[in-house]
This record gives sequence, C-alpha cells and structure tokens, in this order.
Amino acid sequence: MRDWPLWEVFVRSRRGLSHVHVGSLHAPDAELALRNARDVYTRRQEGVSLWVVPSSEIVASDPGERETFFDPADDKVYRHPTFYSVPEGVEHL
Amino acid sequence: MPDTDFAGLLAEDGRVEPRDEMPDAYRRTLIRQIAQHAHSEIIGMQPEGNWISRAPSLRRKAILMAKVQDEAGHGLYLYAAAETLGVDRADLLDQLHTGRQKYSSIFNYPTLSWADVGAIGWLVDGAAIVNQVPLCRCSYGPYARAMVRVCKEESFHQRQGFEILHTLSHGSSAQLAMAQDAVDRYWWPSLMMFGPPDDDSPNSAQSMAWGIKRFSNDDLRQRFVDMTVPQAEVLGLTLPDPEIRWNEERGHYDFGAIDFTELGEVIAGNGPCNRDRMAHRVGAHEDGAWVREAATAYEAKRVARMAGAA
Repeated sequence: MRDWPLWEVFVRSRRGLSHVHVGSLHAPDAELALRNARDVYTRRQEGVSLWVVPSSEIVASDPGERETFFDPADDKVYRHPTFYSVPEGVEHL
Repeated sequence: MPDTDFAGLLAEDGRVEPRDEMPDAYRRTLIRQIAQHAHSEIIGMQPEGNWISRAPSLRRKAILMAKVQDEAGHGLYLYAAAETLGVDRADLLDQLHTGRQKYSSIFNYPTLSWADVGAIGWLVDGAAIVNQVPLCRCSYGPYARAMVRVCKEESFHQRQGFEILHTLSHGSSAQLAMAQDAVDRYWWPSLMMFGPPDDDSPNSAQSMAWGIKRFSNDDLRQRFVDMTVPQAEVLGLTLPDPEIRWNEERGHYDFGAIDFTELGEVIAGNGPCNRDRMAHRVGAHEDGAWVREAATAYEAKRVARMAGAA
C-alpha cells in the first residue's frame, strides 16, 4: 500500500448535477480505485456516477498567490447585474 | 490580506484548507487527533465483529455487518483527511501497530454478550455522536467534511443499538437481565469517552482557540447524560449511578463522580483487551500482505504489457 498511488474521488449524486469531490483513497490501479471508491463513498446510494483521478495529475492554483491570481476580477463590479441602476417601475430587466 | 492569514481565518470562523499556511503545532495536533480518530474506527470494528457470526437473526447479522463496514469506511475517510496534512497513510498504520499512536480506550472493553452490541450502539455510538457533531464545524476543512459524512451514518448505529436493547429489555427476564448487565458495564466507560475533566485537560484550551474543539469535555459529557437518562427510562433499564437525579436549578441531570484512574489504566495499556486488539489488528494487516502484493504485481504486469505493445 505504501507504493499505491492516491486517487481523488468525485461523485455525481444524481443526473443533472456535477461530480463533486468527496475524498481520496489508495489503490494500485484505476479499476480497483473505482471499486474501492464505490464501497467507501457510495454505500447509501450517494451516487449514480463516479470519477477517480490520480491526485498527482491534478494541477492546482497556489493558495499563497490567491490574491494576485484572482485579482483581475476584483475591480470589475460591472460584471454583476446589481452594478446597474434601473429607473423605478421598469420590470423584467 | 486578512482572509488568507491563519489568525484572520480563525477570527472570522473560516475554514483552513490543506495547502494553506498553518502553524506547525496546529498541523501536528490535527494529525494526532485525526489519526487517533481513524485508528479508533478501525479498532472499533473488533468488539462488534466478534458477534457477527452469532447475531441472533439474519436481520441482525445484516445490520451488524453494515455497521462494521461503515466503521471501516469512517476510518478510511479520516485517513484520507489526515493525509491532506502531509502524512503518509502507511506511516499512520505503522504508528498504530507499534503503539506510538492511540485509539479510543472504549474499544479495550470486551463484548461478553449479545446485549453488549446493543449497549455499544446506544451508549458508545451515542457518546461518539455527541463528541463528533461539533467536529463537523472544525476549523480544518477536510476533517470537518469527513465528520459530516461520519455523523450522517452514525445515527443508524445508535438507533440499531437502542432497538437491540429495547427488544431485550421487553423480552424474557433473562434477556432483560442481559441488557441490564451490558448497560451496567458500558455506562461508566462511555462517560470516560469525553476525556478528562476540564480542570485536568491541558490541551483543551489550545484546541478551542484553534477552532478544532468547540465545547469542553465536561459540557459534552453533560449533554450526553441529559439525552441518555430519559432514553434509559424508555428502555426500562437503570443506569448504574445512584446519584443521577434531575437538578431543577441547573436544568441538567446531576451524576456521580467518575473514577478516572480506570481510564488512565486503560490508556496505559492495562485495559481488559488492549493486547488482544493490537494483536488482532497487526495479524490482520500481516495476513493481508499477500493481497496487497498481488494487486501491486497485477498492475505492474499490466503496465509492462502496455509498454510492450506500444
């Protein structure tokens, strides 16, 4: 088990919803990762579809650089509908 | 940037996530607590597993197997949460197997009768739920999320235990006596699951300040007593403490003093089953080695075959 890779598990709880990350597990290969994920994370019909992804394949943004990484959105309040003033009495806008 | 700074996050009751900066002591405390919690789930399979083959009906057997399987699952959720703090699962297991990390002392008591399975569900899982519900709001995100799943599943555990005891206590006089005996033995150890009293709990204040712990040991213990006493009345069973009585002024049940020297002894390794539990756990791990090796060899072969075909 020491050499088994870590897999991240994602569950779609029902059709129409996205897969959501639920946790991780160790498994020697993708097939066993899927079967283990079924037994560990969907014992109560929590899912209709499962993804397992090798943790090492996930590319993540750096939490330390969160401020600078996301700051392009900080000064663009005009992207939200609440930025605009609408004259009294205008409906369906 | 107060919202990414550790102190700032705690101040606004935010959640710390795996790759955030955090003090070493916070990380170490969480690793120790989550690992100990995971180990408890894994060792906790043993006292009940002991009764799977002797459960009194197919229904009880199926339920008990589902419960023990849940405990394995809970252990796995928690190991996964611990790993997000940068430890290796295999190392955590090594530390359990060599006694460097502990598990809950309650699992060092034996399950002598079928009624003990009921008492464990009702009292031990009941106490665990009181301890665990506040952990769903723990400041460390992965631990809190794991606890949400655990708590959702635990409530069936407590109910099935209550149902076992209710059936026994409304059965023959021998069954009633068996239920009472189980409650007599499990009551005080269950109260000790909340840990030492507040004035003798050196790490509590720091854990509260870090948002890992939300309520003190004594507050949680009181909450457990308050919810359990009326349930015992419905069961028609007596809790083995003559000092239990409603205190109008406090709005809580009073209860007798707990003998914490026993807890110390069990933690020190001198409980009734400490050695058995560890020997069984290490044996199961070693006996399973060939399965792990076979799975690893199978994957290595597949990879080699693919490389050959390419």
